[in-house]
Formats: sequence, structure tokens, C-alpha cells
Amino acid sequence: MRNLIIIGAGPAGYTSAVYAARAELMPLVFEGAVYGGQLMTTTEVENYPGFSKGILGPSLMGEMREQAKRFGAELVSENVTSVDFSSHPFKVIAGNRVEEAKTVIISTGASHRKLGIPSEDALWGKGISACATCDAFFFKNKVVAVVGGGDSAMEEASFVARFASKVYVLVRTDKLRASKIMAERAQKNGKIEFIYNVAVEEVLGTGVGHVTGLRLKDSVSGITRDLSCDGMFLAIGLVPSVDLFKGIVDLDERGYIKTKNVTETNIPGVFAAGDVQDAKYRQAITAAGSGCAAALDAQRYIEKLEEQA
Amino acid sequence: MAQTFTQDNFDAEVLNSPVPVMVDFWAPWCGPCRMIGPLVEEIAVEFDGKGAKVGKVNVDENGALAQKYGIMSIPAVLMFKGGQPVGQMIGSQPKEKLLEMLKKAM
Repeated sequence: MRNLIIIGAGPAGYTSAVYAARAELMPLVFEGAVYGGQLMTTTEVENYPGFSKGILGPSLMGEMREQAKRFGAELVSENVTSVDFSSHPFKVIAGNRVEEAKTVIISTGASHRKLGIPSEDALWGKGISACATCDAFFFKNKVVAVVGGGDSAMEEASFVARFASKVYVLVRTDKLRASKIMAERAQKNGKIEFIYNVAVEEVLGTGVGHVTGLRLKDSVSGITRDLSCDGMFLAIGLVPSVDLFKGIVDLDERGYIKTKNVTETNIPGVFAAGDVQDAKYRQAITAAGSGCAAALDAQRYIEKLEEQA
Repeated sequence: MAQTFTQDNFDAEVLNSPVPVMVDFWAPWCGPCRMIGPLVEEIAVEFDGKGAKVGKVNVDENGALAQKYGIMSIPAVLMFKGGQPVGQMIGSQPKEKLLEMLKKAM
């Protein structure tokens, strides 16, 4: 039986791995097929302390991963397929592999929210993307719409504008949610035009196999119109990655894992850290901080088990 | 090792290949491409001389190829057989999914 299994490999997962490994808990980290989390699809990270000149998202995650490895965390790329927290030891299952542990840290993070319309599925990767740094390159001198009004929408729009000839930012309400610095940066960009009070009803182009435009509905007038464009980048928020834990770990009404005393879930010995339990801050540094807290909490929990034994 | 395909050798190495070919369209600036890259390398080694070929196309340097196959999102892994694309996966994938696509084409 292991001391600790960490599920998920973003800033929260790796930070808890570093702390747990240094405490000689020899944690096993299920990174999944996709390690690094949301920062893998960003460019420059300017607000992570310790990097005065900024650092690229993937580089930061590569560093965290190396740091966890250096202290002996065991990293595996299997996807966890189910968990059993009904009895001690806890079981974490990945295909045929069954691992047992005294404690578990859930740090599965969150993924990009989609619009949830059929034409979106049909044209995903054919002009629709949620990763500007990956795909903006394919829209040189083209017209692109970015959907969203928060910081990530501003970042995506500014990045896409380096390539595209024109970028529309489609905002659902009458104002931006973005921080002032990010909004101003986008507003100053001559290629970016903001359209407020609109919702995307349909992505056009299923007939030809790539995006040719969007059907927009004005939420004030109710009028529908078509906006011609070659691509759509989504930045409409996040959904916590909790599918494995539904019915097992308590979730709040928005679907995030409920925690008390910072990282404790309703199951003693199972902790949660990072975006999967944080609908409020959602920063790399807060995720890392809660990953640290979860590792310390797991460590204390194990010490208590040993005292009782 | 995974081969490097370019606009110059794509016809010879991929389209006219007697065996199915898995092609990873990637770019150095794409974070998720760095995750799928090592998996593609592993598959290349496993299938070396065993009825399939595996290689990579840098879309930064081979924009025409990306355009020809309608690549608008990377990582994109395409399966070619008899000169035609017969399978396609967009975004990061677990290795099993890539193997599944490869085996289906073999």
C-alpha cells in the first residue's frame, strides 16, 4: 500500500508531489495523458512569483514536473478510470492497474467550457479551438471570433490578433469581466473589435467541413444575424473535472469538490486541491498553494493513522 | 525513431508508402504537442519494421501540407493508407487511442 496517490498533474498536483516527495511519502502521481494542465496551452505567464521576466506556461510546468521527479515522486501517464473510496485503503484504478493508498489528493483541475451545440462538435478542430497558442498560426490574415469576456478571452484575442487580420470578441453581457490591464491591452489593439450582448447560436460551415461564420443572437433585441469568420476560439470559462468522483465525493451546486479546512473533502484521507475545488481564484499560484496545503494535510493524516496503530 | 516528413518527401514517404503511415502534425510552440510527441516516438520504435511507419510534420516549416489536409488545430495525428487519410485525431490523446487508430489501418 502506498502513502499517497495524487490524481492530476497541474500546478496543484505537482506542488503536492514536491512536498509529499520531500516528506518521503513517495507519492504516485497519475498525470493522465495530458500533463501540465491549463498552463500548457498558454504563452507567457507574467504573474507567477519568482519569474521577474515571465516564463512560458509549458516551461513552468516542465520545471514543476522535474522538481517533483527530482525528489522521487513516481509519475505515470495512465488515465484514472475509476476510484473506490468506500473503504480503507483507497483504491485508484487505471485500466487493469489497481493502486492502493492511505491518502489521495484530487487535483484534476478544470477544462474549457464548450458551447454545447451540435455544430460545435462537428467543426471542432476545423476552425474551432480553445487553444490560441496552438492554433492561431492557422489563421494568418483570416477573420476570427473569440467568445468570452474574461481574462482568458482577452489573452486569446490579443494573441490571435498577431496572426489574424481581424478579431471579434463576442461578449455575452454588456461589459467585460476581464481585469483592467488585460482588457485595456485588447482594447488598444486596432485589429480587435468588441461585440456585446451576443450569444453564439450556431457555428456555420458544417456543409463545407470548416468554419465559415457564426449565427449570433442579440440578447437585447433578440435579433439574429450571421457573422462571417474563419475561426472561433472559446474562452467561456471552465468546468471542474469531477466525472470520476460524482456520487463519491461531495460536490457543491456548481460541480466543484466541496472542501473544508482548506483541502479536506467529505471523506477523511481524501483531499482536493487546485481548480477542481476552487471556483473563486483559479490562479496557478493559488492552485500550487492549495497543492502544498493538501500534501501537508495528507502527511499529518498519515502520521495520525500511525499514532493510532 | 519517428521520421521527419516534409513537403519534399511527403509523396515518396507517406502517399506512396506500401505500409500505413501515422503522421503527427506539430509545431514547437504548441504545448499539447510536446505531450503527444514522446508517445509518437514510442510508437515509432515499437512498429519499426513491423508493417507501419510513423513520422512527424512540422507545420511551421510545411504550411502547405497542413493546408492541404485541412489542419486547423494541433496536435493532429493523421493515419494514411494507400495515399489517402483514413483516420484523424485532434488534440492530446492517450497512447492507447493512437495505437487503436494505427492498428485499424493495418
